[in-house]
Amino acid sequence: MSTHIEFSDVSVHYGQKRAVDRFSFKIAEHSVFAFVGPANSGKTTMLKCINRTIEFIDAAKVTGQVLLKGQDVKAIRDVYSLRRRIGMVFPLPVGLPLTVYENVAYAPRRMGVRNKAELDEIVERCLRDSVLWDEVKDRLDMLGTKLSGGQQQRLTLARALSLSPEILCLDEFSIAIDPVTTMKIEDVLMQLKEKMTIILVTNLTQQARRMADHVAFLNDSELVEWGENEAMFNRPKKEITGRYLNGEFG
Amino acid sequence: MTHPLNPFAATRYEARKARTTIMAKWGTALACLMLIAPVLWILAYIFHHAWPAFSLDYFLLNPSDKGKAGGLWGPLIGSFYLVICSLCVAVPVGVLSGIYLNEYAKENWITRAIGVGVTSLAGVPSIVHALFGLGAFVLGLLPLINRFIDDPLQRMHAGLLTASLTIAVMELPLIITSTREALSSVPKTFREACWNLGASKWQTIRTIVLPNSLGGILTGIILSVSRAAGETAPILFTGAAFSLYVPETFPEKLAPYAVSEPFLAMAYHLKIIMAEISGMPEHMKFGCAAAMILLILSVNSLSIALRMKLRNAKKW
Repeated sequence: MSTHIEFSDVSVHYGQKRAVDRFSFKIAEHSVFAFVGPANSGKTTMLKCINRTIEFIDAAKVTGQVLLKGQDVKAIRDVYSLRRRIGMVFPLPVGLPLTVYENVAYAPRRMGVRNKAELDEIVERCLRDSVLWDEVKDRLDMLGTKLSGGQQQRLTLARALSLSPEILCLDEFSIAIDPVTTMKIEDVLMQLKEKMTIILVTNLTQQARRMADHVAFLNDSELVEWGENEAMFNRPKKEITGRYLNGEFG
Repeated sequence: MTHPLNPFAATRYEARKARTTIMAKWGTALACLMLIAPVLWILAYIFHHAWPAFSLDYFLLNPSDKGKAGGLWGPLIGSFYLVICSLCVAVPVGVLSGIYLNEYAKENWITRAIGVGVTSLAGVPSIVHALFGLGAFVLGLLPLINRFIDDPLQRMHAGLLTASLTIAVMELPLIITSTREALSSVPKTFREACWNLGASKWQTIRTIVLPNSLGGILTGIILSVSRAAGETAPILFTGAAFSLYVPETFPEKLAPYAVSEPFLAMAYHLKIIMAEISGMPEHMKFGCAAAMILLILSVNSLSIALRMKLRNAKKW
């Protein structure tokens, strides 16, 4: 399998504060790559480097290269086309103050999709993939912000899928979702792997174990180590990795 | 110390707590009364004295005999056009700069300095605005325009244009500040969600931020209208007139002023009939004041109604 995303010596500083310290790793196409690690270890900052939303933070300074299929993301002229190729789900559920339907149709509309039938198809597919369809199919014209926290989180996921991205970044996507629904979403994600590369940031080491092909362990802004799922859980090179993954240190 | 028999009996400390609570409640209520009572008294006094003047003709006829007779049509329509023309300048400039400062400008000392500047501009006395308007528009802009007009009869004079520009400068700080506040009340997370979906900054502003801050922006605009309509000083040197022929027939009556000619306005009319015309009947003075209060109160209630309507429609 060819490399989809490569981080080459990437560091991020917020002013004097170091958030990401020389990350280097490769993520293969159509795989699930999980990042685990305690709070404040640079996980979210790292995701923001991929779709360059880090640029909206005035104080952030990025060095090193993020390569998308070998191309430096910084060299991509049209940053919007880059962001459209990458679906992002952040931990806090954000329903936009629009209807459920318009929430999912938002990004396709901004890309110029006008055809109603086409939009209907996208909305239904994405809501089904995020296991929300059955709960909202009769009230698509309700405000997205009025859904429950867990539903809004799935709505965020549906929105991220609406442009059929080639990379899907999930940052703690399941913290507001009950375990049964989480399992259903995980099943869908395993199918979506056929179509896209999935980057999973999670605090649930068991979730990483269930889903990931590769696992990376981050601690204190450093990439401690990364490798194949089975090896990371059973034969970690560093002691601290083993202790964290087995829940002995947090 | 609790009471040996009754555990619910008030201790000394709790009794004092209860007393101070009551005192605080009635003390603040008294302050509120001191605020409301003079307002009600002024309103009652003015409307009582203005009552004899009020009739349909009073609002539809032009002033005659130096304002001692006739009505208020000319000043009313003059104030209306003054407000409309000033908004045509102040709203686009104010709202757009509010958007720039809140959405695009980086948070640094220049932005902060501009913010302080805008706030200070709101505190500049209106007579200073008047002098600025006189210097910048009447003595600066008009000669510049007139240089291109050969026919002396066609040349521009201080009038609706210069007065509206002066009022617009006065309205700007309120419009900019309320726009910024309204925009920043839309959570940052909405913007980030849109950016992550590949929406540009402008798409995000147009589709999410503006629709959800319109209420606050409109409220600011309407409040600035009510202020602009009541100001005398800024139009004093920049275009307002007192003795002026205004057509009494329709449809000329609906648009009686050219932008390049002086006009009548409520605030200026009131100032003159109060202070400079001898033998002015009392009910004409109070009538004019009451009409202005009605005008401003109705604009303000419009703003309050709008805010309530949009608050009910709050989407998160």
